[in-house]
Amino acid sequence: MSMPSVSSAASAPQAPEGGREITLGQAIREALAEEMRRDPRVLLLGEDVAEAGTPFKVLSGLVEEFGPERVIDTPISEAGFTGIGVGLAMTGMRPVVDIMFGDFLTLAMDQIVNQAAKVHYMSGGKLKVPLVVRTTLGATRRSAAQHSQSLHAWFSHVPGLKVVLPSTPYDAKGLLKTAIRDDNPVLFFEDKMMYQLKGLVPEGEYTIPFGVADIKRRGSDLTIVATSSMVQVALAAAADLEQLGISAEVIDPRTTSPLDKQTLIESARKTSRVIVVDEGYQSYGVTAEIAAVINEGAFYYLDAPVKRLGALDVPVPFSPVLEDLTVPTPAAVVEMAKILCGRA
Amino acid sequence: MVSEHITSSGERPLTADEAMRTRERQFWLGLYEQMLTIRLFEEQVNELYMSAKMPGLAHLYSGEEAVAVGVCAALRRDDYITSTHRGHGHCLAKGAAVDRMFAELLGKQPGYCRGKGGSMHIADQESGNLGANAIVGGSAGIATGAALSCKRRGSGQVVVCFFGDGALGQGLLYEAMNMAALWQLPVIYVCENNLYNEYTPNRETTAGDMLARPRAFGIQTEEVDGQDVRAVYAAAVRLVERARRGEGPAYLHCNTYRFYGHHVGDIQRGYYRSREEEEWWQAQRDPLKLLSSWLREQGLVEERHFTEIERRARALIEAGVRFALEAPYPDPQEVTQHVYA
Ligand SMILES: Cc1ncc(C[n+]2csc(CCOP(=O)(O)OP(=O)(O)O)c2C)c(N)n1
Ligand SMILES: [Mg+2]
Repeated sequence: MSMPSVSSAASAPQAPEGGREITLGQAIREALAEEMRRDPRVLLLGEDVAEAGTPFKVLSGLVEEFGPERVIDTPISEAGFTGIGVGLAMTGMRPVVDIMFGDFLTLAMDQIVNQAAKVHYMSGGKLKVPLVVRTTLGATRRSAAQHSQSLHAWFSHVPGLKVVLPSTPYDAKGLLKTAIRDDNPVLFFEDKMMYQLKGLVPEGEYTIPFGVADIKRRGSDLTIVATSSMVQVALAAAADLEQLGISAEVIDPRTTSPLDKQTLIESARKTSRVIVVDEGYQSYGVTAEIAAVINEGAFYYLDAPVKRLGALDVPVPFSPVLEDLTVPTPAAVVEMAKILCGRA
Repeated sequence: MVSEHITSSGERPLTADEAMRTRERQFWLGLYEQMLTIRLFEEQVNELYMSAKMPGLAHLYSGEEAVAVGVCAALRRDDYITSTHRGHGHCLAKGAAVDRMFAELLGKQPGYCRGKGGSMHIADQESGNLGANAIVGGSAGIATGAALSCKRRGSGQVVVCFFGDGALGQGLLYEAMNMAALWQLPVIYVCENNLYNEYTPNRETTAGDMLARPRAFGIQTEEVDGQDVRAVYAAAVRLVERARRGEGPAYLHCNTYRFYGHHVGDIQRGYYRSREEEEWWQAQRDPLKLLSSWLREQGLVEERHFTEIERRARALIEAGVRFALEAPYPDPQEVTQHVYA
C-alpha cells in the first residue's frame, strides 16, 4: 500500500455558540441520565456509584432518579463486575461499567481484552457486546504510581475495542451518548483533573460520531495533535505561540479507535510541521501511532520529522517536584514548536 | 518502649510477684505507647492535610490501632508484612520511624521511598515491610509468595498480609489462599473488618459468612475483637507461632472501626454512616481507652505512667513532623532513577 487508506470523515460538528456553561463532570452525568431515560436497557455498575456517586461525585443524583436496580453498587471486584457487564451486554442490556481509576483496568483486563473484544468476531458476527467502560486517566493529582496512569493506548491496540478521549464538556456529553448507542465495547477515558473544567453545552439532544476529529483551533504554521486534557495543554501552548507569531492548529482526534486519519493528514499537509501530545507513555504509545499515520500520509509535505510528547517513561512518582516533570506542559510544547519552526 | 528498671532504686529487691507485675506493666504500656503514637501520627497527618502542607490524600488508621499493634507485637523484626492504602499504622507498628514516615508523606528526599511512594506505598525492608499497596487486595499474592520464599529458604520467618474487608471482593485473595493452604505456607491473612468498603457498608457487598471463606480452604480461622489489643495479641501469637512451626496458614478476622472518613477529605459522611454510630465507637470502643481502663482496673499503672508516655509520644511526633517539613525535596534527576534495578 503506497498510501494509508483514509476513511471519509463527515465534517465535525462544531461546539455550539449557545448553551449553558457546565462542567465536564456534569456533562457526563447529563449524558448518562438522558440515555437512561431514553433507553431502559441502560444501567450503571461499579464501586460506590449509587449513594456516593463515585469518589469524584460524577454520578450524584442518578440512583435517586433511577433506583438501585439500575445504578448498582458492586463489591470491589473489577474482574467480576466487568465480566458481568459483558454478559449483560451479550443478552440485550446496555451496561455502563465504572472503573474508578484507569489503573484498575488491569484487574479487568481478561474480561475486556479476551472476552468483550473478541465475542463479536469469534461468533462470526452473531453475538455483540454493547458495553461501555467508563474510567479515568491523568496524573498530577499527587496519587502516586497506582492511581495516575493513562493506559488508553493498551486498548487502542486491541481490535474490537473502541477508545474515546473527550477533552471538553461538549465532546464528553456527545461522545458518551454515542458510546452507549454503539454496539461494540467502548472504553471511555475521562481525565480526573478535568471534571471541574467548564464549557458550553447545548440544552438539546446531540451526539458526536466516533472517528471524527475536531479542529479545536485553526492555524497555518504548525499542527498540534492532542488528546484528552492534553488538548487544553495544546490550546494554552497555541495561545503562547501566537504571541511569538507562530500560528498553531490544534486537532483533537477525540477517538483513538477509530482514528480520523484524514483530518490529521490534511492538517499535516497544510502546516508541514506536527507535534503529537498525549498523556500516555511516549514509548509504544498513542503519539507513536499518530506520528506513524502522519508520516505515512503526509511524508512529502513535512518539513521535519513528526515530534512526540508523551508522559515520561517512568511510574508516576508521588513527590510533586518529580510528578510535575512527567507530564507534557504548555511550556514543553512551546519549546518544541519553536525548534520545529526554526525559532529556537 | 517504657524505660523502667526492674529493681527499684537500690532498696529492697522486688518480690517475684512485683517483678511479674512490672514486666506485665512494661509490656502493655509498650503497646499502649505504640497505639498512641499511631493515633497522634494520624492526627498530625490530618492537620498537614487541612493546612495544605501535604500533597494528595491519606487514609487514616485512627480507631484501628489495636490490630496493627497487637499483630506486629507477635512478630519478629525479620518477619514480613504487606500493608494497604490505610497503612501508616502497620508501618509504624512494624518498626518504621516517625520522621521518615512524615518525610515520605510530604514527598521529601529522606522519606522511606525517597518521596516516590507517598502515603499509600511506604515500604521499609529494614523492618520487614514489603510495602503498602494502593490496589485493594493487591498484596495477597506478594504476601503469599514471600511465605513460599520463607518456606523454601527455611528461614523460620512468617508473613502477615493485612487487608480490609473490601479486599474480600477480590478473586486474587482466594487464589492465593488456596495455594497457601495447599502448600502449607507460613502466612497469616489479617482482615481489618471496619464495616465499610470506602462509602458502602460491607453487608451490601459481601455475601454469606466471611469466615466461611478461609475455612473453605481448610485455613485455621479466628475472629477477634479488633479494638482489644490484648485479644488481638493473644490470637496473633497463637497463629504466628503455629505458622512458624510449619503448621500452615491462618486467617485472623479483626472487627474494628475507622474513626475518621475513608480518607482525610471525606468529611460529609452522613449518607453512608451515622454520627451516632461514629460516636458510639469512639466513646465505647476506642482501643486506647479500652487498654488504659483495663490497666487501671488491674492496678497495674499510675497516672504518671500515662502522662509520661503521652509527653514522649507528642515530642516524637513533633520532632518527626518538623524534620519532614524542613527536609529537602528529591533532586529532579531522581525522576528517571529506579525504573529498573
Ligand atoms: C482494585 C481497587 N479497586 C478500587 C480501589 C479504590 N478503593 C480504594 S480503598 C477502597 C475501599 C477499600 O475498602 P477496605 O478494603 O474495606 O479497606 P478500608 O478502606 O475500609 O480500610 C476502594 C474501593 C482500589 N484502590 N483498588
Ligand atoms: Mg473496610
